[in-house]
Amino acid sequence: MSDVSLTVNGKRVSGSTEDRTLLVHFLREHLGLTGTHVGCDTSQCGACVVHVDGRAVKSCTMLAVQASGSTIVTIEGLANGAELHPVQAAFKEHHGLQCGFCTPGMIMAATDMIAHHPEGLDEATVRAELDGNICRCTGYHNIVKAILAASQAMSKGSKGRAKQAA
Amino acid sequence: MYSVNYHRASSVADAAKQLKNGDAKLLSGGMTLIPAMKTRLAAPSDLVDVSRLKELQGVKVSGKTVTIGAATTHYDVSTDEKLKKACPALAHLASLIGDPAVRYKGTIGGSIANNDPAADYPAALLALGATIVTNKREIAAEKFFKGLFETALKEGEIITAVTFTAPAKAAYQKFRNPASRYAIVGVFVTKGKDGVRAAVTGAGEDGVFRSKEIEAALAKNFDASALDALKVSAKGLMGDLHASADYRANLIAVMAKRAVAAANA
Amino acid sequence: MGIEGVGARVARKEDKRFITGGGRYVDDMVVPGMKHAVFVRSPHAHAQIKKIDVKKAQAMPGVVGVLTGKELKADGIGNLICGWMIHSKDGTPMKMGAWSPLAVDKVRYVGDAVVIVVADTKGQARDAAEAVEITYKELKAVVDATKAIQPGAPQIHGEAENNLIFDWELGDAKATDAAIKSAAHVTRMKIVNNRLVPNAMEPRAALGHYDKAEDHYTCWTTSQNPHLARLVMSAFYNVAPENKLRVIAPDVGGGFGSKIYIYPEEIVCLWASKKTGVPVKWVADRTESFLSDAHGRDHVSTVEMAFDKDNRITGLKVDTIANLGAYMSLFSSCVPTYLYATLLSGQYDIPAIHANVRTVYTNTAPVDAYRGAGRPEATYVLERMMETAARELGVSPAELRRRNFITSFPHQTPVIMNYDAGDYNTSLDAAMKAADYAGFTKRRADAAKQGKLRGIGMSCYIEACGLAPSAAVGSLGAGVGLWESAEVRVNAVGTIEVLTGSHSHGQGHETTFAQLVTQRFGVPIDSVSIVHGDTDKVQMGMGTYGSRSGAVGMSAIAKALDKVEAKAKKIAAHLLEADEGDIVIENGEVKVAGTDKSLPWLQVALASYTAHNLPAGMEPGLKETAFYDPSNFTFPAGCYICEVEIDPETGLTEIVQFVAADDFGNIINPMIVEGQVHGGIAQGVGQALLEGAYYDGNGQLLTASYMDYTMPRAADLPSFKISTSNTPCPGNPLGIKGCGEAGAIGSPPAVINAITDALGVVDIAMPASPATVWAAIRATKH
Ligand SMILES: Cc1cc2nc3c(=O)[nH]c(=O)nc-3n(C[C@H](O)[C@H](O)[C@H](O)COP(=O)(O)OP(=O)(O)OC[C@H]3O[C@@H](n4cnc5c(N)ncnc54)[C@H](O)[C@@H]3O)c2cc1C
Ligand code: FES
Ligand code: FES
Repeated sequence: MSDVSLTVNGKRVSGSTEDRTLLVHFLREHLGLTGTHVGCDTSQCGACVVHVDGRAVKSCTMLAVQASGSTIVTIEGLANGAELHPVQAAFKEHHGLQCGFCTPGMIMAATDMIAHHPEGLDEATVRAELDGNICRCTGYHNIVKAILAASQAMSKGSKGRAKQAA
Repeated sequence: MYSVNYHRASSVADAAKQLKNGDAKLLSGGMTLIPAMKTRLAAPSDLVDVSRLKELQGVKVSGKTVTIGAATTHYDVSTDEKLKKACPALAHLASLIGDPAVRYKGTIGGSIANNDPAADYPAALLALGATIVTNKREIAAEKFFKGLFETALKEGEIITAVTFTAPAKAAYQKFRNPASRYAIVGVFVTKGKDGVRAAVTGAGEDGVFRSKEIEAALAKNFDASALDALKVSAKGLMGDLHASADYRANLIAVMAKRAVAAANA
Repeated sequence: MGIEGVGARVARKEDKRFITGGGRYVDDMVVPGMKHAVFVRSPHAHAQIKKIDVKKAQAMPGVVGVLTGKELKADGIGNLICGWMIHSKDGTPMKMGAWSPLAVDKVRYVGDAVVIVVADTKGQARDAAEAVEITYKELKAVVDATKAIQPGAPQIHGEAENNLIFDWELGDAKATDAAIKSAAHVTRMKIVNNRLVPNAMEPRAALGHYDKAEDHYTCWTTSQNPHLARLVMSAFYNVAPENKLRVIAPDVGGGFGSKIYIYPEEIVCLWASKKTGVPVKWVADRTESFLSDAHGRDHVSTVEMAFDKDNRITGLKVDTIANLGAYMSLFSSCVPTYLYATLLSGQYDIPAIHANVRTVYTNTAPVDAYRGAGRPEATYVLERMMETAARELGVSPAELRRRNFITSFPHQTPVIMNYDAGDYNTSLDAAMKAADYAGFTKRRADAAKQGKLRGIGMSCYIEACGLAPSAAVGSLGAGVGLWESAEVRVNAVGTIEVLTGSHSHGQGHETTFAQLVTQRFGVPIDSVSIVHGDTDKVQMGMGTYGSRSGAVGMSAIAKALDKVEAKAKKIAAHLLEADEGDIVIENGEVKVAGTDKSLPWLQVALASYTAHNLPAGMEPGLKETAFYDPSNFTFPAGCYICEVEIDPETGLTEIVQFVAADDFGNIINPMIVEGQVHGGIAQGVGQALLEGAYYDGNGQLLTASYMDYTMPRAADLPSFKISTSNTPCPGNPLGIKGCGEAGAIGSPPAVINAITDALGVVDIAMPASPATVWAAIRATKH
């Protein structure tokens, strides 16, 4: 057993758990954050993607103790109160989800993708960068559309904000 | 996963000490070890986490000498500006490993320690004539990779860095396994002051290897056309669900040609 | 159409919870006192169980119970069944072998459940599962259906000699043989339809909770049809009578057929909950899903297609061997029969058809419906034959199809189906135009200059959906009726709840069904809620599969809406002192046509519940139920065109263009329909290029994780060009045909036709992986 302390969605949390507890299970079972899912045992499907210290990682392939001290954002913490994150909004608007099971991981991966491509995204890049996220429902068509739309909306938004700041 | 005790090392020396516990194993990015533990194929009693050690992180380039800390992630290798100038082929290789989330966590040290026969880095290190630096000694890549999942590492030995001289030309071409995204065949070619080297991953029954045939053909003429007549033998190559040995032999020739073309581009 | 009514691209109501992490799947459910289960599964494909010793496991930390099949049988839990009776052509009933939820004396495939271990944590349950000692005596296994029916093959069930389950036929053998004999040309092929694993991203899960005080069971399960689950579990498996069993299918993360069936795990979890006195949750890990979810397809067919001198098809003869795996899953028998052979006429006017189907036990996972179920197999047979025939006859593939299209409706095929409406030329034209078919020759030449092989292929599919007319399927052997039910509850303040027996696991029912209501009464979509997936809330239903939720489920809602509308109009006429026939409901108002007299919808609803002033003799309330039983199947159809570019050095195939032109009848929400097509195409392309389940000779599944089973990723697919041109379905009140399976049905032959076109070969096996394509190229060179 080890003590784990994390900042999750802006809140400091701590708990004691077996060392073998995966981060995803800690989030789901100890913190009740069931938006993060488990879809495989081989670290390939991405249903479990969360942000750890600003990077999108697979929470099924990390121990909770390994993450101790880190700052974590899950799907539950992405929206700003009632206001959806632009990627969430784009997934809804463009029908980027069906059963919703892959969706939290997709959205967390997509926000990271957009953040790491300040130069903007094209379809080929989005498709390549989705290699670690499997969706069985959508055929990816609308996921790709949603990510491209969100990336554009966010770059407009950030330019807008930059202007405001100036 | 079986029960396990986790330790976060405070230094390489501390890690070496902690490794003496039971059947302890190093934990770096965890991208290989944790999946293996989840499916109960690996069952260490203790894990010694070295991923947060600053002394094991980062890419250093001085002149032609490149040194990469063992705990440097694939993402950090693939995006390192100095490396992209000194040896863009290696940055490119790192960008082809797995997927973005794997690249954020997986490390070069973990990859080569694991020596998966379908992993990408072993081909690079072999073709670059790299040296693997551990807390005990330095090992030439040639001596380091020993068959499937086997390396020259001794019990308790910790890789601290990888170092090599940047070659004049280099490139990596990978043909991915459609399911796992690992290499079915990956070929890394280099042309440096010690001549031409070509290393092949994904294909050999004994893991990564240097292809004498390719090197001989390219030694005379470092051009893709020099490989036109190349016939790679399927002997000693792996055959599985995804690729027969014959197919792998073909891919070696094709990837080698494309790598040379890319190196010359 | 209003902005939220029928035909509008309304963003989905259900999305809010999914994009914020608020979805509620079975694994998210927590019940006080809940414990975790792990199943001990057979590592052997075929073996006798000599001994099971659970003592060590029982003594492990955290263990609450370790239970075996013997105890399960002793408690009277029944065997799993196949719910559709098929008779062989000699009149004998299908040979169904016993499938015990926990194997008792024999295991028949790798993954067969043998023991359940319940413990405080999943980790502890797994630790204990490893301590269960089972002694097996291994038997020889057989995985290939064509080998399993050979004399001397290992016998899997005592009931089924030579592993043959049934030998069934449909159509006119004599007429077909005669057509082949007198044909100007006969095209012959052996056609293999590869085995697939459905792979819904949410693994199967079950949570069984026995309430001792009430002697009542609750089962949360990943099901596409909770009512059917309850029915079968009470009527056949003896878990509990229906009134003592509540089945809840909350949010379900995809199904594609694999979550229709009742599996051993939910039965065993319910029973184990009673046995151990604690709620028991089981969640499959992915490898467990690969091993134990029902697989799809796995057909081998020998086919002959006869043509006259004018290239008209005169006969089609199909001989199919279908692998049903180790046990007969719930609908397994109807998939290669009534959902397959009945579609072998395709879009073509074929005077004589004969299909013979043999189904076979093997030591592999049970095989049942997977998206399309039988219809992809039929389409693949036909559309590969048409392509090959066109090449042999030297005519263009489009021309050969056109020549044989059915153009007048209704059309009775020789294999049961009566097509009610369609316009196949229109979808073919639309697809060819969208694909710039005419420009292909130039694109091929350009590709050749880059050293690439470019090919184009088409597929004209038809499917029978809207499952299904109850009496018709009953006469063909179905154990249930395939109607649907709906209840429309108008609340006193005018908000509306629709209770439906359909189940949404990604299809967006909470939105499309609400659109239907919005259209009818003009109330805002947010005031409409769709309730589904809980047997305590919805009286009865048949669930979601076979593209039936639109055509059947929504028709039931439409019928209930009719009743509500009629009653509301009566009340309004009474209140407004107008003639009932003059009342119209529009934009949330109930009006007297041609006057300015009106009442808000809310007031009519309220009046129905206050009951202060209702027409004489009228019961209070505004709530109606309807059952809708379709009069016929529906027949979505369309044309798909795929264009590929192949790297001849590596065999890598890139889909450079994929066009779909579908006829789905009327459409409620085009955005959702397009999404269904996208997903279906991805699965069809997956089947053609990437996916295949392989067992080795000992019955070990070689593709038991995503490391070996190739799931389509974003980079494997292009964006799709899709369109619809709709002929309304005359068979149901909404004119809907259904769209859930088309993509998966129409696409595999289009892809393979394109690849064989590019390579200049007659056939290539699915999945046409790079290695397979490369080997085919090499073979053409030798
Ligand atoms: C979905 C997925 C896809 C992948 N695709 C690819 C791919 O395409 N190509 C590819 O090459 N790899 C691929 N990988 C593997 C990935 O690159 C891993 O990151 C890598 O193999 C292991 O590195 P790690 O840092 O994660 O090591 P860990 O998993 O932490 O450790 C691996 C092994 O190395 C040992 N070890 C770790 N650090 C050291 C050290 N400093 N000294 C000595 N021993 C050490 C550990 O004890 C362990 O035995 C993939 C992995 C996943 C999950
Ligand atoms: S659950 Fe983490 S990658 Fe599949
Ligand atoms: S929406 Fe169902 S898996 Fe992606």
